[in-house]
Amino acid sequence: MDSTSPPFFKRGLPPPVRLAIFSGLALLLMVVDGHYHYLNTLRNTLAVVINPLQHVMNAPVRLASQVSSFFVVQGRLRGENADLKDKQLLLAGQMLQFQALQAENARLRSLLAAQKRYTQKTTMAEILYSGRDPFARKIIIDRGSLHDVKPGQVVADDVGVVGQITRVNLGVSEVTLVTDKDQAVPVQNLRNGLRAVVFGNGQEGTLDVPFMPVNADMQPGDQLVTSGIDGIYPPGLPVAIISKVERNAAYPFAKISCTPSAGTDRERQVLILSAVQSAPIPPRPQEPPPQTVKHGKR
Amino acid sequence: MASAKTTLSKPASGRFILFTLALGLLANLVPWNGMAKLLWPDCIALLLVYWIIYQPRHVGLGTAWFLGLLMDIADGVLFGQHALAYTLMAYMAQILHRRLQMFSPWQQSLYVFGLLLISLVIMLVTRLAFGAAFPGPLYFASSVIGAVLWPSLSLLLRLPQHRKPRPDDTYTKLINK
Repeated sequence: MDSTSPPFFKRGLPPPVRLAIFSGLALLLMVVDGHYHYLNTLRNTLAVVINPLQHVMNAPVRLASQVSSFFVVQGRLRGENADLKDKQLLLAGQMLQFQALQAENARLRSLLAAQKRYTQKTTMAEILYSGRDPFARKIIIDRGSLHDVKPGQVVADDVGVVGQITRVNLGVSEVTLVTDKDQAVPVQNLRNGLRAVVFGNGQEGTLDVPFMPVNADMQPGDQLVTSGIDGIYPPGLPVAIISKVERNAAYPFAKISCTPSAGTDRERQVLILSAVQSAPIPPRPQEPPPQTVKHGKR
Repeated sequence: MASAKTTLSKPASGRFILFTLALGLLANLVPWNGMAKLLWPDCIALLLVYWIIYQPRHVGLGTAWFLGLLMDIADGVLFGQHALAYTLMAYMAQILHRRLQMFSPWQQSLYVFGLLLISLVIMLVTRLAFGAAFPGPLYFASSVIGAVLWPSLSLLLRLPQHRKPRPDDTYTKLINK
C-alpha cells in the first residue's frame, strides 16, 4: 500500500523542517547583526518608522502621570516650595562667589595666554521612557537630530553624568546610561587626582572601577569626577562615589564598586552637553622637500 | 474533559486573527518605566500560543518568525532574538496543541507558563552569548503574569466566535421536534 497521505491532508513542509528553516534564518540574522554589525543603519531607519507608534502608545501613560501630578497634595507643594527657596538663596550666594572666581580665572588665564575654556552650551531634554530592551540600560529623550543632537554627546542631570547619546532619530534620541554594561567613563578621584576608568556592569545603581592596583589610593566616600582627557566628557562632572573597596592580595586588582551620582530613575529632565571642542590639532609640519640623494656611480 | 462545556463555535476569521495580533504588537510597544517594564507580559507570545492551539492551520512557525522579527525591530534589539525564541516556542505549542485543546484554561495556563519561560530563556541565552548582562531574576516575572492572564485572554478571544442560536436553525428544529 502507498503510505503517503492523500493530497487533502497535505500541509506543506513537515514541522521539523520548518523549524529548522526558520530558526536557521533567525540565527543567520543574529550573526549578521550581532557579529558583523551590518544591520545598524537598517535598524536606525526602521526605528524612525516605529517611533510614531511608540509615541501613540506613550500618550496614555503620560496622561496618567499628568493626572496624578495634578492631584498633588498642597502641603507637599508648599514644603517643596520652601525647600526650593532655601536652595535658591544658597545658590545665589554661591553664584556671586562663582562670578568673582570666574572673572579672576579669566584674567589669570589670559595672563597665562592659556587656551580659553569653552563655555558649555546645553540643551534641556525630557526623559520620555526607558528603553524596552531589558538587557540594556537605555533611556529615550525628546530631543533629536531636529534639535542638533549628535551621537556621542554627554547627557547629565543636576547632580552628575547620566550617560551618552548613542542613537539619534528625528525627534528623539537614545541615551546609553553609565550603568549599561561596558559603558566606560574616564574619571579622576577628586581627593588625590588619581585617574581611572569607570565601567557599568548592567546592574542598576552600581558601577565598577576595574584594573586598579591593590594598593591604589581609593577609599570609600571618594568622589569620582570626569577627567576630561578623553575629549568627549567635559572635565569636572561628578560620576560616582566609591562605596566599597575590597583589597585581596590574591588578585592583581582591587575590587572597587561605586554608586552613580546621577539618578536616572528620579529625574525627568536632563541636560545634553554640547560636544567638547578639544584643542585644535596643530597644523601638520611642512614636509621637507624630498631630498634627492645623489648616488654615486656604482 | 467532562466538565468543559463543548460548544460549537465559528472558526475565527483570518482578519480577526490579524487584528488581535496587531493589537498585541501595540500592547507590547507601551513604554513602561522601571519595574512595570519587566512585569508587562509579552502579549504577542500569548496571542501566538492561543492561535496556534486553536487555529493551527492559520498560524504557524512562519507567523511566529515574522512577528518575532517585528518585535526585534520595535525594540531595536539584536535582529533574530525574538524571531528565534518565538519560532521555538511556536514549534512546542504546535506539538502540544491537540492536548492543550482538551484542557481547561487554568490547566492550559500551566503549559503557557512553560512556553513563555522557554521563550524568555532562549532570549536570555542569545543575549548573554552576545555579551549582555543578566538583568536579574525579575526578568522571568513576565511569564508568570502572562500565565495568570491566560484564562481571561482566552475567554476574551473566544467571545466573537460564539454562535448565536438562531430560531430557524434546521438543527434546533430537528431537536425540538
